[in-house]
This record gives sequence, C-alpha cells and structure tokens, in this order.
Amino acid sequence: MTGIVDLEQVNKFYGDYHALRNVDLSVAKGEKVVVCGPSGSGKSTMIRCINRLEEHDSGRIVVDGKELTDDESKIESVRREVGMVFQAFNLFPHMTVLQNLTLAPRLVHKKPRGEAEEAAMKYLTRVRIHDQANKYPSQLSGGQQQRVAIARALCMNPEVMLFDEPTSALDPEMISEVLDVMTDLAREGMTMICVTHEMGFARSVADRIVFMDNGEIIETSTPADFFAAPKTERARTFLGQILAH
Amino acid sequence: MSFDFALIATSLPKILQGLGLTLNLLVVSTLLGLLLAVGILLMRLSQHAWLVWPAKAYIYFFRGTPLLVQLFIIYYGLPQFGLLRHSFLWPLLREPYWCSVIALALNTAAYVSEILRGGVLGVDKGLIEAGKALGLTKFQRASRITTPLAVRLALPAYSNEIVSMLKSTALASTVTLMEMTGVARTIVADTFAPYEIFIAATIIYLVLVWFIQTAFTLIEGYANRHVRKG
Ligand SMILES: Nc1ncnc2c1ncn2[C@@H]1O[C@H](COP(=O)(O)OP(=O)(O)O)[C@@H](O)[C@H]1O
Ligand SMILES: [Mg+2]
Repeated sequence: MTGIVDLEQVNKFYGDYHALRNVDLSVAKGEKVVVCGPSGSGKSTMIRCINRLEEHDSGRIVVDGKELTDDESKIESVRREVGMVFQAFNLFPHMTVLQNLTLAPRLVHKKPRGEAEEAAMKYLTRVRIHDQANKYPSQLSGGQQQRVAIARALCMNPEVMLFDEPTSALDPEMISEVLDVMTDLAREGMTMICVTHEMGFARSVADRIVFMDNGEIIETSTPADFFAAPKTERARTFLGQILAH
Repeated sequence: MSFDFALIATSLPKILQGLGLTLNLLVVSTLLGLLLAVGILLMRLSQHAWLVWPAKAYIYFFRGTPLLVQLFIIYYGLPQFGLLRHSFLWPLLREPYWCSVIALALNTAAYVSEILRGGVLGVDKGLIEAGKALGLTKFQRASRITTPLAVRLALPAYSNEIVSMLKSTALASTVTLMEMTGVARTIVADTFAPYEIFIAATIIYLVLVWFIQTAFTLIEGYANRHVRKG
C-alpha cells in the first residue's frame, strides 16, 4: 500500500451512525478510480476524508507520504496537493471567474498577480472557457461553472483530483461538456478519484471501479469486469437500476 | 387653535442648528458600536463557552431593556459609584455627550453583532469547504470568503439599524443635549406650539432617513453587482 493516496482500515461515525466501515483503498499515481454505489453509501464521506473536509475516527489516511492527523499544517499541505470539484460547483459568487482562479495561487503559493492570471488563462483555455474570464459565476451556465471549478482546482497544480458527483447538478445537455474536460484531464495523466454515476465515463476512463454500499467497499474491479460480471448481488442490482435510465 | 404653517418654516432653520450634533452622535456611536459589535460577534461565534456566554448575556441585556433606561443608568446611575468618579473614565461619564454616545454605541453593538451573525450563518457552507479544499488558511477563508459574503447578506438589516440609530439620537435630548429634538423641545417651551415645531423636526428626520436609505440602496447595488444576470 504505497500509492499517492492510501486509506487503511478507515472508520468514520456521524454520532452513532457508522458511515465508513474498514475502508481500504490505495490509489497509485496517475490512476483513475471511479467510485459508485447507492445514495447514502458513504462515497462523499470517503473522498471528503481524503482532504480532511471530514475527520476519520480510526485507521490511517496518507496522501503523498503525509498522514492526516489533527496537525493543521499537514492538513493544509495535503489540501494544497489535492484538488476538489463539488457537485454544487461552489464558485465564490462575489469574485469574477479570473479572481476565483487566482485567489488560492496568490494567497497560498504567493504567486504575483500577473503570473497567477497567466496560469489562470491557460487553464481557462484548457476547459474551453477563456472568453468568460471577467464574468461572475452567476452569469454562466451550470456546465460553464463546473468547468471553471475544475480550472480553479487545476490552478493549484494538484497531484490528485477528487470529484464528488460533478455532473449530478447539471442539466442533461451540459453533462458532456464537463465529462469531456475530465476525460482530457485523465488522458494527461492526472490522478483522479471520481464519484459518479456516469457509467459511460467510467467505462472509458477508469482504471478501476470501486463499488460502495452501506459504508463499505464491497467490490473493486476493472470497468470491463464490473460491467460484464459484477461479483456481488448488490452491485448487480445497482447496475440494473443505473443502466435502466 | 389654528395651525401655523409660517411657524414650521421659521422653526426649520432653528432646529437645523441641532443637525450637526445629531449627525455627530449618529456617526460616532455607529462607528464605535460597529467595532464593539465585531468583538462581540467573534466571542459569540467562538468555540469556547467562556467567550460565548458573556456575549450572549451582553446581547440579551442590551436588546432586552429600553435604550432610554440604559442611558439613564449611565447618566444618573454610574456617577453614584465613587470608584468611577475617581477613575480615568470620569471626565467622559460626566459629559452628557459621552454618556449618550456610550449608551447608543453599547446598545447598537448588541443589535449589529446579531445582524452580522445572521450574515455569517447565511454564507453557504460549500463555499467555505471550497476554500478549505484550495488550501486557504482559516484566516484567509474568513477574510476572503466569509466576511465579504456575510457583509453583503447583512446590509439590508444594517441599513435599518442605522435608521433606527438616527431616531434613537433623539433620546440624547433627555440628558440636556441640544441635538435636533433637544432644540425642538426648547423652541416648544418658548412658543407653546408643539404641533408645528415637532412637525418641522419630523420633516428633517424624514429627509435624513431618505438620504440613509438611498445611500444603502446604492451600496447594496454595488455590493451585489455579481448577482445581476447579463
Ligand atoms: N454531516 C453529517 N451528519 C450526519 N450524517 C451524515 C453527514 N454526512 C453524511 N451523513 C450520512 O452518512 C451516510 C453517507 O453519506 P454520504 O457519504 O454523503 O453518501 P453518498 O455520497 O454515498 O450518497 C448517509 O447516510 C448520510 O445521511
Ligand atoms: Mg454524495
């Protein structure tokens, strides 16, 4: 277990509720892992533990050699290496697109403004949205906002990108523009852990699919195996429901 | 009894002599109150019960008692304490002006800290998480995300509080200050025409409120420019 992200026997409780049960997951550098499973199975909880948006109660989480504990400076240094994209975009509404992208590089990496803006424009071009740099998030469509959110995370040059259902809040016609950007990112070699129910994306991009139910990882397979012959009954049921749509 | 329009016109300039003091009380106590409110807010939002509890007690006391009573306690009550009469605060507490400023500031601080707290609680948690995920420190998240958004959310209620403060400055007339209401009351004592004189005062207060509201409409429009579609 020496990937860039390692979870060993991780448990997490919300009060009495056992949200993560003995979760083991090791993600190698450059690997793309898709996490799926029914609603409430602990997918968000698991990936939010990786950048300490949630605290785990037992077990170990090590990101690029740094174990997550209460040590604030370690938490901050892990967060600097791990980018995250949320279902709800979470762009800062009072800042323009460009300000959203340059905020953290300027404050955290102490980049001069010009340099930060240059890098921001480069990433905006990569997510095909450079012409919107001076707009506010509310002036963009959902798909555009999510691409800005991806560019914002990339501006920090992360080693790992976490995605928590990045297309679930989007109108259907905008899903593919976001998935295309994520696919490009995968092709460029980014390490990605992605919670999604977009099975087409999982099939074409994932190295591994992790299936969770009830706080546990109950199946880990290659996409080919997972779709052709799910090992567990619960995964079969889940796939039946998802693919029925 | 006849209504004397000319008296309104002639008393307007006299009452306006109190305008400077009214605005002075408003501005000084609003600014002091805002500073104090931020301190109380930080205590109220703290994780430590020993900071939260005094902040809650403060807010309960100053929101739960009439401002006039608070003013009287400061003006008539505090000088009873020999200790205070010999303290460095005495030169202030002896002055009706400073008693009024202190009462107004202490009172508004309680309301404003709650107004600001409403703003802070209204900030989308997801945005704070986005700030964390980007590696911003706690201070950077507070200064770049929480504060600007909380202030925007608090502006409408804060503008009401300023209007309310303007009206509260009239209470300073009860401790002999010659702000606008104080001036109006002396004119009434001379002319025995309370109706006309207080209507004149009313007109001036309404004009001031119009300025305050217009200013806040402009500020809110500017602060919320990002909300507009286009
Ligand atoms: N902050 C929280 N407090 C209490 N329970 C929570 C909290 N967050 C999530 N849960 C519970 O933990 C379980 C797993 O949630 P989550 O990780 O969001 O699931 P998923 O992302 O797979 O839909 C759910 O039952 C949810 O209700
Ligand atoms: Mg979820």
